[in-house]
Amino acid sequence: MTETILDLKDITVSFDTPDGTVEAVRGVNMQVHQGETVAIVGESGSGKSQAMMAAMGLLADNGTATGSAMYRGTELIGLPLARINKIRGAKITMIFQEPMTSLDPLYTIGQQICEPLQVHGKLSRARAKARALELLELVQIPNAAERVKAYPHELSGGQRQRVMIAMALANDPDLLIADEPTTALDVTIQADILGLLADLQKRLGMSILFITHDLGIVDAFADRVYVMRHGQVVEEGPTDQIFNAPSEDYTKLLLAAEPEGEKAPVPDTAPEVLTADDVVVTFGSGGGFLGGKRREVKAVKHVSLSLHKGQTLGIVGESGSGKSTLGRAILQLLPATGRVVFSGHDISGLTPHQMRAYRRDLQMVFQDPYGSLSPRMTVGEIITEGLLVHEPGISGKERDQRAMDALRAVDLDPNVRRRFPHEFSGGQRQRIAIARAVILRPTVMVLDEPTSALDRSVQKQIIALLRDIQQELDLSYIFISHDLSVVRAMSDTVMVMKDGDVVEQGPTQTIFDNPRSDYTRHLMRAAFDLKSVLREHIELTG
Amino acid sequence: MLRYIFRRLLGAIPTLFLIVTTAFFLIRIAPGGPFDAERALEPSVLANLNAYFHLDKPLYQQYFLYLWNLLQGDMGPSFFRRDFSVQELLAAGLPASITLGTLALLTAIVFGSILGCIAALRQNSWIDYTVVATATFGITVPNFVVAPLLALVFGVWLNLLPAGGWNGGAPANLVMPVIALALPQVAVIARMIRGAMIEALRSDHVRTARAYGLPTRMIVVTHSLRAAALPAVSYLGPAAAGLLTGSIVIEQIFGLPGIGREFVNAALSRDYTLVMGTVIVIAVFVLIFNLIVDILYAALDPRVRYE
Repeated sequence: MTETILDLKDITVSFDTPDGTVEAVRGVNMQVHQGETVAIVGESGSGKSQAMMAAMGLLADNGTATGSAMYRGTELIGLPLARINKIRGAKITMIFQEPMTSLDPLYTIGQQICEPLQVHGKLSRARAKARALELLELVQIPNAAERVKAYPHELSGGQRQRVMIAMALANDPDLLIADEPTTALDVTIQADILGLLADLQKRLGMSILFITHDLGIVDAFADRVYVMRHGQVVEEGPTDQIFNAPSEDYTKLLLAAEPEGEKAPVPDTAPEVLTADDVVVTFGSGGGFLGGKRREVKAVKHVSLSLHKGQTLGIVGESGSGKSTLGRAILQLLPATGRVVFSGHDISGLTPHQMRAYRRDLQMVFQDPYGSLSPRMTVGEIITEGLLVHEPGISGKERDQRAMDALRAVDLDPNVRRRFPHEFSGGQRQRIAIARAVILRPTVMVLDEPTSALDRSVQKQIIALLRDIQQELDLSYIFISHDLSVVRAMSDTVMVMKDGDVVEQGPTQTIFDNPRSDYTRHLMRAAFDLKSVLREHIELTG
Repeated sequence: MLRYIFRRLLGAIPTLFLIVTTAFFLIRIAPGGPFDAERALEPSVLANLNAYFHLDKPLYQQYFLYLWNLLQGDMGPSFFRRDFSVQELLAAGLPASITLGTLALLTAIVFGSILGCIAALRQNSWIDYTVVATATFGITVPNFVVAPLLALVFGVWLNLLPAGGWNGGAPANLVMPVIALALPQVAVIARMIRGAMIEALRSDHVRTARAYGLPTRMIVVTHSLRAAALPAVSYLGPAAAGLLTGSIVIEQIFGLPGIGREFVNAALSRDYTLVMGTVIVIAVFVLIFNLIVDILYAALDPRVRYE
């Protein structure tokens, strides 16, 4: 057996909150051995991150940790700041989920990579700079000599995560803790970053502890897995064993949480409800009162589509592909050129006032179930607000009845009407958001990443729910997502977008089984065959 | 950047013109005139005076005349203190106001930042509560209460400092006016820095800094304070312009020859030209400090870029 680098014994973490003490981690035991890749898998709130934050002394001020976290014979829990600071950033390093905010926006990436080098390695400024450059080349930042002077906001998400990795590797760590490092990234970028990590590990020999909710990554990346739920480890073992012969029900549930099934096709006779022809959206900046050149970016370039009654059109693309912009342009929520026809009426270029007549038929559900519900309104008020505008004639009693029906339609207890959004989980909130749209009995719903902020198991339920509602109310959906497996489970036809263009369009089956364009194939492999992509990556560089 | 500064200075011209025009007509709308007194003047004397100061001409002619003179750098004679031109009065008052204002500004920045930082780092401790309570006190108690109290305690009872007077700007004479002028600003800045620091200390990149074992000094100064200074910088632009152009209350209580006092006296006695002169000085200060703030902002935050 190789040496144990990190040994957690009976770790508990609790937080003092205004609502009392919350136990986030309850007695967790874990080991990481030399050169090993260990994954901690769990859904949100399982305590998977907090267990590691406790070991690293990074809990929030109201958090308390007990138990033991031994790093090569040194107890980390309760270690004085000066001593733990000799280990953090040198022997054990971390990368985090949000590459947007994890770097200080006010300093260049070069300065930030140099800091741990100067602090731990006692390198002179000049030598630290040289080493920073080496590291940026190691993590394959193109044009490193120039990029070292760049600020975080001048880099893409993937590049920022590479910078974080460079920082993590700066002092030749024993252990790299990666907390959801690719969750905020596109699938193709995710594959690149994971490939880089796997490759670097092979060359440098450090251990990696990978915290994630995504089983696809675990399967491709980890040697051993801990499955966590409600602050406890429910199952542990080698990756193959966990995937092929899981013993716990929860693990089985997680493994089966991939959205499944497909949409029942609509008959060919179904009438067309919505068509868009040659839609172009241009964003401009600059060119104000005091001069300056006006810059224009075409976010959507000449896109046409058609949607039949009861049909779902899935729009897939990575961030910046223009998929959400297209959705909004179709609903006339932002200025666009081109023709949009809804049930025979040309709605393109209508004023907000003229559009009001069509708004109840054209509803939208957004990604963020936390931000899109007003925190100061009860659930009942939120979902009936649209009725006040579109059906002002109906009585309060009838409105209440409609609210109850809508809540039942999304499988929520009608009695939740008097409660406030903060009392609900992410999945429940998304149900409320759907109820708010459904109560108006719309014809078309644009769903913009409605499941992306949710855990897989919850996602699966929401997808099933959306399909049921569609069948029941004969709705047409425009379903926008970056998540290919979700789109597959929802759509009749699929449109793949990249940089504002439609790369390819066709029946779901055809696009998924026989993609014609290289880009779509690339996307599919990164999403569904991560394992072979990573293997290829390591073989290529090794 | 130079082009940006040039454009901003160019843009300041119409703003100044608008301010001058508005102020010119506003003060004329106010009832009463510069030569109204308890005992009315002889009609012939009044007519002479009006003719001498061109007040007998139609208002629009007076306006263009004033603009024309102003363009040549002449703000005209004071209507009330007739032996002096407006420039002379401003030149006499500005040094005291600027000295006082600069010292108060520096005091406010230094003590406000230090107190705000300490409170944020010791959030919800007795130190924090003391700072917050003191700051609230500093904001709520007006300086016409603080200033006489200071003068009474340190000037009269303890006899440590002169209770008033300028004395050529001697340090001892400056201590109390500076404290009285800076106190509310210290309080405001301390509160702003405290709030922004607490937020900065909770940010993801500070978590990164901690995870990388950086010493506390670097986490606080390098990675938090710079970000926390941004809102305070925006506040300081107009605040600095206000401090440097004098405070009527402080100047009156401590008997200091600043322009704050001139401004109020001029407005009350309808000294049209002197009012215009002080308005222009204050406007120029505000415009300059707003420009400085914007430049500083870009220097502090690389995401802000002007072209």
